Amino acid sequence: MSRSTQPSFRTGKILRAALYSVLILFAVYYLLPLFVMLVNSVKTLDEIRGGNMMSLPEAFTIEPWLVAWSKAQIGVEPTGLSPYFINSIMMVVPAVAISTALGAMNGYVLTKWRFPGDKIIFGLMLFACFIPFQIVLIPMARVLGMIGIAGTTSGLVLVHVVYGLGFTTLFFRNYYAAFPDELIKAAKMDGAGFWRTFTRILLPSSGPIIVVTVIWQFTNIWNDFLFGASFADFDSMPMTVALNNLVSSSTGVKEYNVHFAGAVLAALPTLIVYVVSGRYFVRGLMAGAVKG
Amino acid sequence: MQPSLPGKAQATLREVLPRLVLSPSLFLILLFVYGFIIYTGYLSLTDSRMLPSYDLEGLGNYAKLWGQRNWLIALQNLAIFGILYIAICSVLGLVLAILLDQKIRGEGILRPIYLYPMALSFIVTGTAWKWFLDPGLGLENTMHLWGWESFTFNWIKDRNMAIYTVVIAAVWQSSGFVMAMFLAGLRGIDSEILKAAQMDGASRWSLYTRIVIPQLRPVFLSAFVVLAHLAIKAYDLVIALTNGGPGRATELPATFMYSYTFTRNQMGVGASSAVIMLAMIASIIVPYLYSELRERR
Repeated sequence: MSRSTQPSFRTGKILRAALYSVLILFAVYYLLPLFVMLVNSVKTLDEIRGGNMMSLPEAFTIEPWLVAWSKAQIGVEPTGLSPYFINSIMMVVPAVAISTALGAMNGYVLTKWRFPGDKIIFGLMLFACFIPFQIVLIPMARVLGMIGIAGTTSGLVLVHVVYGLGFTTLFFRNYYAAFPDELIKAAKMDGAGFWRTFTRILLPSSGPIIVVTVIWQFTNIWNDFLFGASFADFDSMPMTVALNNLVSSSTGVKEYNVHFAGAVLAALPTLIVYVVSGRYFVRGLMAGAVKG
Repeated sequence: MQPSLPGKAQATLREVLPRLVLSPSLFLILLFVYGFIIYTGYLSLTDSRMLPSYDLEGLGNYAKLWGQRNWLIALQNLAIFGILYIAICSVLGLVLAILLDQKIRGEGILRPIYLYPMALSFIVTGTAWKWFLDPGLGLENTMHLWGWESFTFNWIKDRNMAIYTVVIAAVWQSSGFVMAMFLAGLRGIDSEILKAAQMDGASRWSLYTRIVIPQLRPVFLSAFVVLAHLAIKAYDLVIALTNGGPGRATELPATFMYSYTFTRNQMGVGASSAVIMLAMIASIIVPYLYSELRERR
């Protein structure tokens, strides 16, 4: 990205200081909720109730994290969030892998093996990215029941593959559209077929877009709530749904410290991905926002 | 040279193979997206209650829907939420992007801090803000402890103000993303134009208002489309933050659809509300996609 040359700022150090203060103030604003979650997840319940949520813990305790992970009551079972964390992983990994693989092949066909009507197909897939999922909830519940995977992790995998296809196809299509056609033509001349051209020419240079797509899908599927709440039953509930059950359950004492620890646990996988490869995350967001 | 028969067959396969590879995805999309849209559209015209029924009863559900106070509340809330969410995110995103574009030292640290909420689940965001805005536990309590006794901030418990807390949490989550979009737009502006304008003696303010911001029009459009469709789909955040309450004060179309369909046994009405939601999104997305796809040819 080329930096536009802005006129140099010579209006004085005061203005510069003000600029930095404003920017830092905003950083505080964005960090504050995370800070509150973290500090209160290591306080005792008494300290939270009696104290200031902005202050650092007086007596540090790891207990809320342990409770959130393995003892907290989710619904009726005192299992903690760990089984649901695992559910989410079991759901996310295949869903991301399948939707990314399909998206890569779709993008390849739609750019390098064009045929009449391919634009319409792409348009149909693209629009599918934006539909409000409320429009598919009722029939999806029935179809999952009909094929016997209602309330299972496999059912959720299917749902996430289907509704992720539009985006994965979009990502790969736009990436491959910029890939020089001459190389493809040359490969075809040399007798490379459909698969050879794909695996030898395109795939080796697809690293960045695969990372972008995997991160995008991982974040979206891990963070999904609507499908999990609609189609999972108790044994296949993903992390977000379990967290919401934990936080909004009206029985017993509200253990805020455990809620905070649970929220951080639910956020951790996507946060780690973001910290490790934020650049690709941003690229995915941009590609998802700026179409075409 | 005449191609041999196996060669011909191979050529045919070569022709068909790409379409064959595309067909499972196309099948899934046609069935699970467009087929389901038709199915839900059909249900919205039937007398479905707890279970789908296929007896058509015309537009009765739509009449019922528009006669529901809850639906009107949901639409009014969506209007308040949508307008404020889009407006504040756009202004905040633009201001932050312009400020960050002043050759800031530490931009590489600040930018990811502004953007990280976008990586979180709305359920996490909702949980964090729920306790943060809770008068007894969060900000209000903190201000009291810090000595500002008269400070009150109980919007989340106030029927008339609760919808604004949804705006606060949603803006926190999405504004950094809008900032990133504007920043990318700013970095894409031709620096020659800016230099020329400066030579002509344009002030800093007019440089931005006359040249830079008008050039960002496509970014405004993209940001609008993304934010508007997120607003119409908003569901998780409300569930985690207020669960539609207090009372029905933060009901949105998405929560309305869910409760009417799955807990109130009014599937026909729920389906008709889903159709309205789709129509709202389509009216924004279809023209946008159409123009974007045409430009690219």
